[in-house]
Amino acid sequence: MKHFADLIKKLDSTNKTNAKVAALASYFEKASDTDKVWTIAILSHRRPSRPVNTTLLRTWASELSNIPLWLFEESYHIVGDLAETIALVIPTSEKSTEKSLTTFLNEFIDLKKKSEEDKKEYVFKNWKVLNYYERFVFTKLITGGFRIGISQKLMTRALAKATGVDEDVLAYKLMGNWNPQTISFHDLILEEKASDFLSKPYPFYLAYAIEGEVSDLGEVQDWSVEHKWDGIRSQVIIRDRELFVWSRGEELVTDKYPEFHSFADQIPDGTVLDGEILPFPNGNIGTFNDLQTRIGRKTISKALLTKTPVILKAYDLLEWKGKDIRNTPFKERRELLESLYKDYLLNQAESRSNTLQLSEKMYFDSWQAIAKERSRAREMKSEGLMLKRKNSPYQVGRKKGDWWKWKVDPLTIDAVLTYAMRGHGRRSNLFTDYTFALWDTDKNELVTFAKAYSGLTDAEFRKVDAWIKKNTLERFGPVRSVTPELVFEIAFEGIALSKRHKSGIATRFPRILRWRQDKKIEEANALEDLKAMIPS
Amino acid sequence: MKPIGSRIPLLVFNNKGIYCEVAGVYLDPWQPVEKAIITHGHADHSRWGHKQYITHHTNVPIIKHRLGDINVTGKKYNETFVINNVKFSFHPAGHIIGSSQIRVEHKGEVWVFTGDYKIEDDGISVPYESIKCQTFITECTFGLPAFKWIPQAEVFEDINSWWAANKDEGKTSILFGYSLGKAQRLLKYLDTSIGKIYTHGAIENMTEVIRPMVEFPETTLITRDTKKDELLGNIVLAPPSTHGSTWIRKMVPYVTASASGWMAFRGARRRRAIDKGFVLSDHCDWQGLLKAIEATGAEKIISTHGYTDIFSRYLREQGYDARTEKTQYEGELSEIENTKESEVVE
Repeated sequence: MKHFADLIKKLDSTNKTNAKVAALASYFEKASDTDKVWTIAILSHRRPSRPVNTTLLRTWASELSNIPLWLFEESYHIVGDLAETIALVIPTSEKSTEKSLTTFLNEFIDLKKKSEEDKKEYVFKNWKVLNYYERFVFTKLITGGFRIGISQKLMTRALAKATGVDEDVLAYKLMGNWNPQTISFHDLILEEKASDFLSKPYPFYLAYAIEGEVSDLGEVQDWSVEHKWDGIRSQVIIRDRELFVWSRGEELVTDKYPEFHSFADQIPDGTVLDGEILPFPNGNIGTFNDLQTRIGRKTISKALLTKTPVILKAYDLLEWKGKDIRNTPFKERRELLESLYKDYLLNQAESRSNTLQLSEKMYFDSWQAIAKERSRAREMKSEGLMLKRKNSPYQVGRKKGDWWKWKVDPLTIDAVLTYAMRGHGRRSNLFTDYTFALWDTDKNELVTFAKAYSGLTDAEFRKVDAWIKKNTLERFGPVRSVTPELVFEIAFEGIALSKRHKSGIATRFPRILRWRQDKKIEEANALEDLKAMIPS
Repeated sequence: MKPIGSRIPLLVFNNKGIYCEVAGVYLDPWQPVEKAIITHGHADHSRWGHKQYITHHTNVPIIKHRLGDINVTGKKYNETFVINNVKFSFHPAGHIIGSSQIRVEHKGEVWVFTGDYKIEDDGISVPYESIKCQTFITECTFGLPAFKWIPQAEVFEDINSWWAANKDEGKTSILFGYSLGKAQRLLKYLDTSIGKIYTHGAIENMTEVIRPMVEFPETTLITRDTKKDELLGNIVLAPPSTHGSTWIRKMVPYVTASASGWMAFRGARRRRAIDKGFVLSDHCDWQGLLKAIEATGAEKIISTHGYTDIFSRYLREQGYDARTEKTQYEGELSEIENTKESEVVE
C-alpha cells in the first residue's frame, strides 16, 4: 500500500502525461505481481464491491475527527471528494503501513460480510495509523470508483512500457471478465488462455467528431455512410453456443436484454457483432429516453418488454467463423456482415423477428448528397451520420482518420440560471453544476427544465461562480438558489415528452452553448417554445 | 437583548468599511474615506484614495510602493494613539511583514480587528500576539476542518527537494507566490546551494522595498536579455497571474508549483493545471483560528471573509455569540484563481 500511495502522490505531483506514464511504468516494474494485478483492476474500474456504505463512513469520520456531522458534510461539499475530505479532517498520523495493496483489498472483500461493529473497528484502526496519502487511497478504495484522473488508456500505455507487450494487444487482454483475486499477472498479461477468451470482447473503435469541412476528407467514393444511432453501443458475442452482450463501458449486460437470447441459436458460433442497442416501441425506433427505462433494471418485467422492446442495429463484424477479422477492410467486413444477416433471416423465416437489424449502409457520389442525408437525421431518429473509410481496419480506442461522426447541429434554447451546486474533482469548491429554467405560459414563473455542467470555459466558470456567491437567495445543503438574472443558451441533442421531469420534457445531453450576457431574463424562452421542438 | 441605554456599537460595518463613529475613522475601508487605519499592505485591505492613512511603520514603505505618494503616518506595535477619546493600537498579526491587528478601546470596551493573520511564526513578520478583547473581528479564509497546515520547515524541505529533483532532470523550477508576502517567505527559505534564484519584476521590486528590513538571499531579475539556458536547473519566483503566460512558456522545459493554502485540495491544483502544490498559507488553519479565538477571551466573534457562515455556525454551537458581516476582503483567492494581481490579493 505504501508503494501504491506513493504512486498516487507522484501522479498528483505532475500535470504532464508523459511524467504520469513514467511514474506508472516504474511502479509496474517494481510492484509485486498481485499488486500489479490489483492496480490494473483498480485503474480499469474493477474494484471489489463497496464493503462499507458512505453514510457510515461520514458518520465515523465526523466522530473520529470530533466535528459535528453537518460540518463534515459542509466540508465535503467544498472539498468535492469524500475520500479526500475524510483524509483531510482526520487527525494526522505520522505512521505508515507495511501491508501490501493486495492484503488491503483482500481484507475489503472479507470486510463486506462482517458486522457493522467489526467494520467500524477495522476502518478506525486503519484511519488512525495511515499517513495522509495512504488514508486517502484506503478510503478512496472503499468508497467507490477509483477516479483520480488516470484513464485506463494511460494505465495501459504505462503497462506496455513496463512489460514490452504492445499497447493494443494489452487493451484487448484487459477487456472482459477477469477476477483480480484469482488471476495471476502472468495469465492476465503474458499468456492467453482459451478459457479466458470465451466471453472476451474486443476494444471498441471510437470515432472523433468531424472538424472543419466534411469535403476535406477527400474522395467521396472512399467513404461509406450510415446514420449515427442513439442507443447503447455494444458488442454481441456468440461463441460455443453462448451469448455475451457487452456495453461500451465494458459491462456485461446479457441478462438485461432477453430479446437477444435467441441469437445464440440463430447466429453461428465464432461471431462478434458491433452495433447499437436501440429501443423499438410499437415497431419504431424510440428515443434514448425510452431506452432509459431499460438501463439499470436488473429484472425486466413482461410489461416492460412489451412496452419497450429493444433491437440490435448491427454495423460491423469483428469476428467471423472464430477468426479475428478486425484488420480486414471495412467494406469486406460489411459484406460478410450482410451475408451473415441474410442467413440469419433465412434461418428464422417462420418467426419473422426483427430483433437483429442492419444499420443501412449508404454510398454517395457527392458531399452535398451526404449533407442532404444528414439533414434527415431527426426524421430518421438518428443523431447524424457516421462516415467510415471503406478500406479502414477496426482500430482500438478513439483514433482519428478513418471513422468520423458528423452529428446534426444541436437544438438550442435560451434559459435562466436558477440553482447552482458545487462541482467535483477539478471543479471542487466552484459552483459549476447548474439548473436552468424556462418561463411558463404567462411568463410569471420559471419552470426547471434541465441541468447542465459543461460548456463554459474555466474563466467563465470563475466569473459565474463569483456571481453565484454574491447572488445566493437560499441554501439547501450543497445547492443554492440564485437571483434569476443570468441567461444561457442551452444546447441539447434530442427532446421527448417525459413523466419523470417536472417540466414534462426530457432533453438529451443538455450543455451550455454560451453565456448570453446580452439577454435579460424576460428574453429567455418559454416552456412552450421547447414543446414546439418535439417531433410529432 | 440590548442593555438599557445601549449605544451604537464601537465598530459598525457600512458600505465603505469598518467604521468607528466615535473616532470618525475607518479600518481597512474599501471605499475612499478621510481617515483610514490599515492592517497590512495587500490590495484588498489598503486601497486607493483615502485622504489619510495610519499603519504600522514597516508597512509604510510597502503601501507607498503600491499606492504612490500618499499621506501616511507610521506607528509602532503597542503604541497607543487616541482619536476623539478612542484608543487605538497596532499589534503583530504574523500575516506578512508589517501586518497588524488593530485594537480599539473606548470606555472600557475593547474590540480587536485582525485583518489577515496566522499564528505560525514565519521568521519574517513579527509573530502573532494574542490580545484580550470582548469582541474579536476575525477572518476565516480557511475556516474549515479540512484545512490543517504542516510546519513550514517541512514544507520548505519539500520545496527544496522538489527544486533539486527538477534540477537533476535539467528543468527550470517555476514557483508561484503572491508578490507581497508569499514570495518573500519562499525566497527566505530557498536553498541557494541548489542553484540561483530568478524573479519576475513584480516580485523583484517588492522584495527591494523589504530588503532593508529583512535579510534575503540574492535574486536575479529576469529581463529580456535573460537567456533560457541560464535558467535551467534554477528556480524562478513568479506571481500566480503569470501562469500560462507567454513569459512563462518561453522557459521550456520547466515544472510548475504553487504554494498556497488552497493546494490542500487536489481539485484546486488540477483546475489550475499546476504540476505540484505546496500547502503553505499566510492565514490560520482551522485549529489556528479556534486557538486564536479562544486565547482572546472574547465572547463576541464577527467573521469577515472566508467560509463565514459555516464558521460562525460552528462557533455558535461552541457557545460564542458569533455572526458574519459582509466585507470586500478576499483572503487568499489570487493564489489559485487567475485574477490580475492589481484586483485581488492573497
